[in-house]
Amino acid sequence: MTDNTTSADNTTRTDFTRDELMEVNAARALAGARTCFVGIGLPSTAANLARATVNPDLVLIYESGTIGSKPTRLPLSIGDGELAETADAVVPVPEMFNYWLQGGRIDVGFLGAAQVDRYANINTTVVNRGPDKPEGRLPGAGGAPEIASNCGKVLMVLRHSTRNFVPELDFVTTLGHGAGPGDRKKLGMPGAGPVAVITDLGVLRPDPATAELVLTELHPGVSVEQVRAATGWELRVSDGLGATEPPTPQELAALRALKNAGKSSGKSSGKDA
Amino acid sequence: MADIRSLHDAVADLVHDGDILAMEGFTHLIPYAAAHEIIRQGITDLTLARMTPDVIYDQLIGAGLVRKLIFSWGGNPGVGSLHRFRDAVENGWPRPLELDEHSHAGMANRYVAGASKLPFAVLRGYRGSDIPTRTETVSTVVCPFTGEELAAVAALNPDVTVIHAQQADRNGNVQLWGLTGVQKEAALAADRVLVTVEEIVDTLEPRPGGVVLPTWVIDAVAEVPGGAHPSYASGYSVRDNAFYQAWDPIARDREAFTRWIEENVRNEQSAKAAVR
Repeated sequence: MTDNTTSADNTTRTDFTRDELMEVNAARALAGARTCFVGIGLPSTAANLARATVNPDLVLIYESGTIGSKPTRLPLSIGDGELAETADAVVPVPEMFNYWLQGGRIDVGFLGAAQVDRYANINTTVVNRGPDKPEGRLPGAGGAPEIASNCGKVLMVLRHSTRNFVPELDFVTTLGHGAGPGDRKKLGMPGAGPVAVITDLGVLRPDPATAELVLTELHPGVSVEQVRAATGWELRVSDGLGATEPPTPQELAALRALKNAGKSSGKSSGKDA
Repeated sequence: MADIRSLHDAVADLVHDGDILAMEGFTHLIPYAAAHEIIRQGITDLTLARMTPDVIYDQLIGAGLVRKLIFSWGGNPGVGSLHRFRDAVENGWPRPLELDEHSHAGMANRYVAGASKLPFAVLRGYRGSDIPTRTETVSTVVCPFTGEELAAVAALNPDVTVIHAQQADRNGNVQLWGLTGVQKEAALAADRVLVTVEEIVDTLEPRPGGVVLPTWVIDAVAEVPGGAHPSYASGYSVRDNAFYQAWDPIARDREAFTRWIEENVRNEQSAKAAVR
């Protein structure tokens, strides 16, 4: 491995990074899905890797209006030209949100987040930076509140740290499971909400009884203590704690090919306007 | 009927101090050249509306021309923060920035209501979110048929909408294609409409998925090849992703930003090009 983790299993090849563990496992989570509403950044990496590995027929939907995009490299933005050129259909943005998302046509919403709490609620709006300091400004909601509400289920992918996994959100941008089981139903939210949070340390899933995120899988070479130290609340561990399989050579090759292809996409230097 | 005009004259006539201004384009077809002309003319106290403020509004905000922003996602896509936007919100530089903040679904529906000349739109949205606590343009309404409580968002009717398109004909009919975003709604919701185009052609050839705006809903068309750069115009250019990445260190620093605007927007060559 290229970082400070050490594999407990000496027979395992260990030349992959924590980020690659996260990306590969996020892609695996899309096995069996038909359609995925894809956020930019890590979710887009995972969804494109899924098309190259576990789910070649996955229909990628980007909020810029593309349905069935088949990019050959990772897009920088949700509106890169290749997403539209390779799509089965391109629709206007109001139609995307009203007919396709609100219409209940999309199986999985894949989101990133700045802050997550124990019920998988998300903050991407503002963070409190302490007394006498102005609120720290984040980008805002984008499509997330309605993606999390209306997709059949939600997957999340983000790096694990106490900065991101917080005991209390400064602002609820997007509801996950609210304050526990039943909250989504009470609010009339059609989808099941977050079913897995994939990080660079392992996988958290909501406990069916409490809706609280618990650690269900560890990545190779990661300890429970490491995950607890990177979580801002007292993280519970599933009785049936499992381990994720190390990335296969095919998964790593596909992931690296996607990323390398993306590097040759730009052309200018910041001059001109 | 749309007049074919220079960018300079079209902006001077149609965009006024204090306007609610929408410059739409979802990643694709963002009207950068028109924004730069607004900066050169110093049109100020603007309320800007846009789903994704992008670098175009970072520039207008940093130039000190904006008092309020209506938006749903304010980042540099795939790169990071919009630093001029953040500096204005967090530190009031170069002036305080008031926010009216939504989700994408909410913003899209605000334009739909605006184009439909309805007072509001309904959606199944904002459920469980704190967003409605910070804006007066989200409320709820009870469906008279089912009793379901739904989100209501106030119509958004800009004083002026500016968009970029691939082509216009000599009568000022406009066609755009590829990712057409929310431009049709933003244009039809507005009192005044300015369209910059890559090219003026003799005849508009119908394109799959193309949006045609007839000349009689547009006030002015200006021919501005490359007018969406660093965004792009499908069929004419590709998104300049390297520019978006290069923007990050420029926008991080107030002085570097101000210098960039002086050198790349307020320079004589750009001003001359807009007069043609």
